Amino acid sequence: MLRQVLALALKEFLAILKDRRSRAVVILPPIVQTLVFGYAATFDLNNVSYAVYDADRSGLSRELVAQFHGSPVFRESVILESERDIAPAVDHRQAVLVLRIDDGFEHDILAGRSGRVQLIIDGRNSNTALIVLNYAQEITSNFAALHQPGTGPPARLIARAWFNPNLESRWFIVPGIIGLLTLLVTIMVTALSVAREREQGTFDQLLVTPLRPMDILLGKSLPGLVIGFAEATLMVLIVTLWFEVPLRGSLLTFYAGLGSFLLSAIGIGLMISSLSVTMQQGLLGAFLFMVPAILLSGFATPVANMPEWLQTLTLLNPLRYFMVVLRGVFVEGASFRILWPQFWPMLLIGSVTLTAATRLFRYRLY
Amino acid sequence: MTGNRRVRGLIRKEFLQILRDPSAIAIAFLMPVFLLLLFGYGLSLDAENIPLAVVVEQPSAATTRFTSQLNESRYLASRNFPSMNEAEYALRTHEVDGIVHLRADFGADLTGRRDTGIQVIVNGVDANTARMVLGYLNGAWKLWLKQELLGTQAMEVPGVEVQPRIWYNSEVSSRNFLVPGLIAVIMTLIGALLTALVMAREWERGTMEALMVTPVTMTEVLLGKLIPYFALGMGGMVLSVAMALWLFDVPLVGSPVVLFAAAALFLLVALGMGLAISITARNQFVAGLTAIIVTFLPAFILSGFIFDIESMPGPVRLITHLVAARYFIAIIQTVFLAGNIWPVILPNAAALLLMAVVFLGIVHVRSRKRLD
Repeated sequence: MLRQVLALALKEFLAILKDRRSRAVVILPPIVQTLVFGYAATFDLNNVSYAVYDADRSGLSRELVAQFHGSPVFRESVILESERDIAPAVDHRQAVLVLRIDDGFEHDILAGRSGRVQLIIDGRNSNTALIVLNYAQEITSNFAALHQPGTGPPARLIARAWFNPNLESRWFIVPGIIGLLTLLVTIMVTALSVAREREQGTFDQLLVTPLRPMDILLGKSLPGLVIGFAEATLMVLIVTLWFEVPLRGSLLTFYAGLGSFLLSAIGIGLMISSLSVTMQQGLLGAFLFMVPAILLSGFATPVANMPEWLQTLTLLNPLRYFMVVLRGVFVEGASFRILWPQFWPMLLIGSVTLTAATRLFRYRLY
Repeated sequence: MTGNRRVRGLIRKEFLQILRDPSAIAIAFLMPVFLLLLFGYGLSLDAENIPLAVVVEQPSAATTRFTSQLNESRYLASRNFPSMNEAEYALRTHEVDGIVHLRADFGADLTGRRDTGIQVIVNGVDANTARMVLGYLNGAWKLWLKQELLGTQAMEVPGVEVQPRIWYNSEVSSRNFLVPGLIAVIMTLIGALLTALVMAREWERGTMEALMVTPVTMTEVLLGKLIPYFALGMGGMVLSVAMALWLFDVPLVGSPVVLFAAAALFLLVALGMGLAISITARNQFVAGLTAIIVTFLPAFILSGFIFDIESMPGPVRLITHLVAARYFIAIIQTVFLAGNIWPVILPNAAALLLMAVVFLGIVHVRSRKRLD
C-alpha cells in the first residue's frame, strides 16, 4: 500500500513541478517575497519628511531645528515662510510633520518660562502619526534637558526592553513572514489539488483505484508537507543570514512547530479542496480562509487589540499559534515547555480537518 | 447582427453563468461584507488595557501616588506582583507586556532629591506595542511629576512645552485609516478573483474554440467579460463604502463622486490585471496561484495600507509603484479623511489610468483569435 501512496504523491509532485509555469509560481515567489517584504514590512520610521515654520528666528529656535535635522528619522522637505503655507504642505503630503516655533520662543526660555512649540502631524495614517509624535517629543525633551540647568526631575523612568533592546520592529515582523508565506504555499499546493481533479474528471478514476480515501489523502498531503518544509527552511536561512534576525531558541522546537503548523494548514487546504466542485470555488475558498487567517494572526496588528469575540474566534486560526512559536523561537529563545500551549491546538486543528477531508472524499462525488 | 447586440448577448451569457455558479456573486457581495466586518473590528493598532506588572518593594504614600496615576490611564491595566521573579516570569509567558519596578528607596529618594530610577522593563519583541507602552508610561510619569512638584518651588517644569495637533484624525483612531485602506485591499482581491479564472476557464474547457467559430470579435468577447464583472465589482464597492460610513463611522470629508470615480478606475485596473493573468496563463491552476501571489500580499504589505512606504528602502519603494492598490489607498485615505485634495488625487489617478491602459492593452494584444 505504501508503494501506491508514494506513487500517488509522486504523481502529485509531477503535476505541480512538471509544468514550467506552475513550477515557477510555487517556488520563486516565496523567496522573492521574503526579501521584498522583509524590507518593506516595518513600523520603524525613517525618511519622514517634515517642514519647519520658525517665526522666532532666534539662536535657540535654530538650535532646536538643528536637533530635528540631525535625527536620522526626519528628512527636511520644506522651509515654510508664512503660516499660510502650513496647511498646503500637510494637505499635499509634502510634510508628515510641521514644526512650528512661535515668536518669543527664545525670550520665554531665557526668562525661565517654557518655550512653546507646536507639532502639526498628518493623521491620515494614525500609527505613523503616533510614532512621529513620540520621536518629536523625544527630540524636544532632549533639547529641553540641554537648556535646563541643575538637576533633572526626581525618579526618572529608566526603561529597558527585553529580547529586542533597540526595539527594531523588523525582528518582530520578519519571522512572521515565514508563517505567512508557508501558509500561502501550502494552501496553494493543496487547495486546488482535489478541485482540479474533480473539474477534469480524473477524481472518479482515482476513486475506483484500490487506494482507500485515507491513502488518497496521504498522497495528496505529502507534496504540501515536503514543499512546506523545504521552503520554510530556505526562509529561515534568509531571515537569519540576510536580515540578521537572531535565532535564540532551538531549531528542534522550530521544526516541531513547523510540522504541527503544516499539518493543520494541509488539513484545511484539503478540506477546502474536497468541498469545492470547480477550481473557482477552490480558489475562493482558499482566499476566504487565507485572508482572514493572515490578517487576524497577530502578524501586523496584535491579537490583544481585537474585541473579545474576535479573539475567541482566532483560536481557530493555526497561524495565530505559529506566529507565537516563530517569535518565541527566534527572538525570545523560548523553550519547548513555554511554547507547548501553542503546539497542541495546531495538532488538534490538523487532525480534525484531515479527518473531515477524508470523509468528504468518500461521500462527495460531485 | 450588429456588434452591439453580440456584446449584449455575451453579457447575458456571462450573467447567466454567474447566477448559476453563485461563487462570483459571493465574491462580489459576500466577501466585502464578511471581510470588512472581520477586519474593521479586528485590525487595530490602538492598544488598550495593556497588562502591566507593578512591583512595589516597600509601599508608602509616594508609591501609592505613583501607582494610582498608572491605574488612571485607560491604556494600562496594572496588576501588583509581590516580587520581581514572579513579574519576570509573567513577562516571559506573555501574561504581562511590561513591568514597573519601584525600589525600596523610592519614597526616601524623593524627599532627598537624589535622582532615583523607576525601573521599567517591556517585552520588546513587538516593538510597536512596546513603544506605545513606553509612551503611555511616560505620560503617566509626567502627570505624576506635575502633581509632585505642585507644592514645591524647587523645580521648573520642563523647558519646552509641546502642543501636538494631529490633523484629519484628531482622536488618532487607527480604524479611521485602516478601514478605507481595507476597502482598497478587498477590492483588489475581488477584482482579481472575479476575472482571474474566466478566460482560463474558457480555454481549459474548450469553449474558447466554440466562441472562435462564431462571428464575435475578440474585443467583443473581452467586453462581454469586462462589463458584467465591472458591474458586480462596483456593487461590492458601494456596499463597502456604505459599511465604512454607517457601521464604522469613518468620516467622509471629500465628495462621494470623486471616491467612486477613483474606485471605478481602480476596478478597471484590478479586472484588467485579472484578465491579463487569465489570458496569459490559459490554465486555471496557474492563473489561480498567480492571482493569489500578485494580489493579496502585495496589496497588504507594499501599498502603504499599514506599513509606511516612505520608510522603505529605495529599491523596495520602486517596486511599490507596481502595486495598483498603492495609488488607490493614497486617494481613498485622502478623500475620506482630508477632502478633495487634487494635488494628491490627480497624480495617483493618472497612475491608475496608465495601469488600466497597460493591463487592458496586454489583454487586447494577447487575445487574438488563435489556437496555439
